[in-house]
Amino acid sequence: MAYVAVKGGERAIEHAHAWLAEERRGDPALPELTVAQVEQQMSLAVDRVMAEGACFDRGLAALAVKQARGDLIEAAFLLRAYRTTLPRFGASMPLDTGAMRVRRRISATYKDLPGGQVLGPTFDYTHRLLDFALAAEGEPPPPAPESPAEAAAMPRVTGILAQEGLMAAEPHSEAEPGDLTREPLAFPADRPLRLQALARGDEGFLLGLGYSTQRGYGNAHPFVGEIRLGEVAVEIVPPELGFAIEIGDLTVTECQMVNQFAGSRTEPPQFTRGYGLVFGHGERKAMAMSLVDRALRAAELGEDAEAPAQSQEFVLYHCDNVEATGFVEHLKLPHYVDFQSELEKLRQLRATAMQEAAE
Amino acid sequence: MAETTPPSDFTARRRWMAVLARASAAEITSRLERAPPLPAHARLRGPETGLVMARGRQGGDGAPFNLGEMTVTRCTVRLPAGIVGHAYVAGRDTRQAELAAALDAALQDPALQPALLTAVIEPLAAAQAERAARDARRAAATRVEFLTMATMR
Repeated sequence: MAYVAVKGGERAIEHAHAWLAEERRGDPALPELTVAQVEQQMSLAVDRVMAEGACFDRGLAALAVKQARGDLIEAAFLLRAYRTTLPRFGASMPLDTGAMRVRRRISATYKDLPGGQVLGPTFDYTHRLLDFALAAEGEPPPPAPESPAEAAAMPRVTGILAQEGLMAAEPHSEAEPGDLTREPLAFPADRPLRLQALARGDEGFLLGLGYSTQRGYGNAHPFVGEIRLGEVAVEIVPPELGFAIEIGDLTVTECQMVNQFAGSRTEPPQFTRGYGLVFGHGERKAMAMSLVDRALRAAELGEDAEAPAQSQEFVLYHCDNVEATGFVEHLKLPHYVDFQSELEKLRQLRATAMQEAAE
Repeated sequence: MAETTPPSDFTARRRWMAVLARASAAEITSRLERAPPLPAHARLRGPETGLVMARGRQGGDGAPFNLGEMTVTRCTVRLPAGIVGHAYVAGRDTRQAELAAALDAALQDPALQPALLTAVIEPLAAAQAERAARDARRAAATRVEFLTMATMR
């Protein structure tokens, strides 16, 4: 594939961008949306852009949403481009999601688990009827009800199962994980690399793949062991200090998907887990990620790996929406010379075919 | 891990750095108005914004993996007495990072520490604890109290 530099079109491009700016603004008689309004009131769009842009910064993500006119993949692209302008100071210590300040925590496997079922700010159990009250400007809603909070710990469900020996333990490790923003993916990719790719992967793509594992393309029998949403402290060890300091909090959503495992020659039958962790409030994404993570473990667990969701190359090479957009949308770029050669070849073939038919 | 400060300072310092990391420049400034003035400082590095790669663990408790980056602003300052203060704060607020570094330096001065802890760090910590506690109370209000079918009949 090749492109040829073509001169011209600068004025057309300039005018197109001027029109884009006007379209972005919309009717000037209406108040302009502020970045703070996007951040506060389109917060799940902001969360998705942070997750898929792989950069946690609510203000930047909100600006990207505004600039992209609400096109969230375009916004993730903008955020990814911006991050390349910043130096990297280092890596955090691994987040301790067990110590999360939980706003939501549910389990589909245990009704009465320590810490209880906490619904948090959820769309679940809403009736999905359009609320026309929101179409009119009104007073802010009353503050949400409060109840005395217990200081009770919220142990992980996977820990409860592990105590009984029913859940495969995660081997403890402090190994330095690979980073696909520094080195291109190579296969087979180990699980830390796969999780990094999935965490920044496209929600829609992973949702479809996760769904496919439930429908029979991958033999999954999943249960939501636990979903939790809340704030987790981030710690780093600056070399000039030599001890760990907290630099703030991240909002994350975590999903532990519990799956059957028939056992192998070395492992007894037990539950295994698929894991999802995403920036912000992204429950659908965290669930889809955990389904796909478990599907991608098929080979290491000695299971058949024939479904699309179980193929590392298929999933990891195609789950990144910025990369996918780049290659799909490059088809819009001038391919005049390529196409000219195709045209000539086709004309020649047709001429030959017609000549042969005439003979 | 090499510790550059004695363990007692180390714990106290970790705490005030954590509090300052979660306080906006406006919040810190408003607390400083009620505190003795900070000594003038010289910038040694920054304030500058960069990225920290946030890591998770597979399965929540297994091997580390790279979750994604976050913006972080850092600053290092020195007081005339020679004390060096550092700050690393999530986000892009350069003013916050510089104030946090200046406070980190001043708080290491035994003469300034008690007044600054009382006027700046404790009130900020209390406000942060109340925000967290309010979330915890709102979460508690959404905790499901299961009724058995017998009591529902």
